[in-house]
Amino acid sequence: MGVSVAFLLEFGLILVVLSLLGALARRWTLSPVPLYLLTGLALGDGGIVQVPEAGEFVEIGAAIGVVLLLLALGLEFSIEEFTTSLRRHIPSAGVDIVLNAAPGALAGWVLGLNGVGILALAGATYVSSSGIIARLLSDLRRLGNRETPAVLAVLVLEDFAMAAYLPLLSVVAAGGAWWQAVLWVAVAVSALAAAFAGSYRWGHHVGRVVTHPEAEQSMLRVLGITLVVAALAESVHVSAAVGAFLVGLTLTGEAADRARAVMEPLRDLFAAVFFVSIGLLVSFSEMLPLLPAAAVLATLTAMTKVATGWYAASRDGVARRGRVRAGTALIVRGEFSIIIVGLIGRQEERLVPLVSAYVLILAVVGPLLTRFAGALSPGLRKQAR
Amino acid sequence: MVTERNQTDAVWNHGVMDVNEVLLPGVGLRYEFTNRDGDRIGVIALRSGDFEVVLYDEGDPDESRPVFRLSGAEAETLAQILGAPRIAERFADLTREVPGLNAGQVEVLENSPYAGRRLGSSRARTLTGASIVAIVRGEEVIASPGPDERLNAGDVLVVIGTAEGILGVERLFEG
Repeated sequence: MGVSVAFLLEFGLILVVLSLLGALARRWTLSPVPLYLLTGLALGDGGIVQVPEAGEFVEIGAAIGVVLLLLALGLEFSIEEFTTSLRRHIPSAGVDIVLNAAPGALAGWVLGLNGVGILALAGATYVSSSGIIARLLSDLRRLGNRETPAVLAVLVLEDFAMAAYLPLLSVVAAGGAWWQAVLWVAVAVSALAAAFAGSYRWGHHVGRVVTHPEAEQSMLRVLGITLVVAALAESVHVSAAVGAFLVGLTLTGEAADRARAVMEPLRDLFAAVFFVSIGLLVSFSEMLPLLPAAAVLATLTAMTKVATGWYAASRDGVARRGRVRAGTALIVRGEFSIIIVGLIGRQEERLVPLVSAYVLILAVVGPLLTRFAGALSPGLRKQAR
Repeated sequence: MVTERNQTDAVWNHGVMDVNEVLLPGVGLRYEFTNRDGDRIGVIALRSGDFEVVLYDEGDPDESRPVFRLSGAEAETLAQILGAPRIAERFADLTREVPGLNAGQVEVLENSPYAGRRLGSSRARTLTGASIVAIVRGEEVIASPGPDERLNAGDVLVVIGTAEGILGVERLFEG
């Protein structure tokens, strides 16, 4: 077997650059996602360096990255958390959808995107990055705060909405009629319910299959099952991502902990590859003219997220400063917005560069804003006394 | 207080103290209680097995002040430090409810015939009718020890039985 020196070198260098950028991001309590996107941008058409050899692997790796991101998300869920969030925050979820999807849809219409583009953009502005935000709340030591359960509940409900939204989008993107889309959403939602019911009744059986004392065995089993289910889901237009999400949901308790532990390094690697691949799809020259539109959209939807967080936190009886903290925490958009445009690909020329710029802005500005909003409170407290 | 009613997923009354349990979806659980001094204390149990302890300020009741973080192993140790001295007291509470039943502590001294031997070799229950329900060894508590448990000098045995039974165990271990 001939080993391609160029490939190993290129891919190795990409990983070295990513690790350096990631370390830098951690130091500033920022998310590495925008930096990974920038790396992809720098490596793409019209970028600083070209990586012809690694390109193909990055593309394949990206597909695995999406699957693993969704698997990890599914593993995070429990029925109890979902029902508790639903019981208390269903109005917050409604406010969230209306306030945050509408600006995206409107922007898509103004920019003259087609129907698929409008639907995708609405989704991209709606969904906050649960991964980045959960990490951020922990880094900023806010897990003890009263507004935190409200923030997390909004995120849980958003992630669930995605399970219905992604199949809808992938059917519409594949050129399916509206009735087909509705049908597949129904299929996805019933599969979701079945996975929930299944995990409740037979979760321990599935759990026994994947919890093997050897980490290697566990990893191979989880990865194998997930990829097979993802492929099956994709073949019936439910989207591989949703299939992986379902696998994650089915695993609960100890099995979920085990799966999380063995899959984490793989997920980190392939998710990074996925973000780079999105950056690769875009060139600076495409992005520049869309930057003003992205900035306007980012400003607008940052404000609507603050309103959402304000409302959700006020439902939990949180006072003003906590509501500001909750609102600003929700601003960050990230992996999901990118997954959404990844589904559409190049069908709508301007969508990938627009959403990439949008995520770049909000993934950097969001954490800074919420940090600032939190730092504001000690000063205010002194004034209050 | 509106905040608490809306946030609390469960309240358990532990003795005289109310502990609120708040679910943090995707992150873990938070327990909140107020101590005798009126400090509002929060303990966050993370999915990762780590713990975080926070305090709530009077200035902004919604904001927590981080106190410290503990790894799973550190939390275990802390729990044992806090828990060990209370074990005997708890048994004392229990025995108060059953007339004639007493709880006592018997130290295994250096010159005890059973120091370094198995618990079962003492035949304590057969001879005295009293049960050894726990062994307190430094910071560690061995609950309901089996007959194969080896005793060390310095161990404290928690004994439940009649007053005579406990006295019998004391004599037995004095040799």
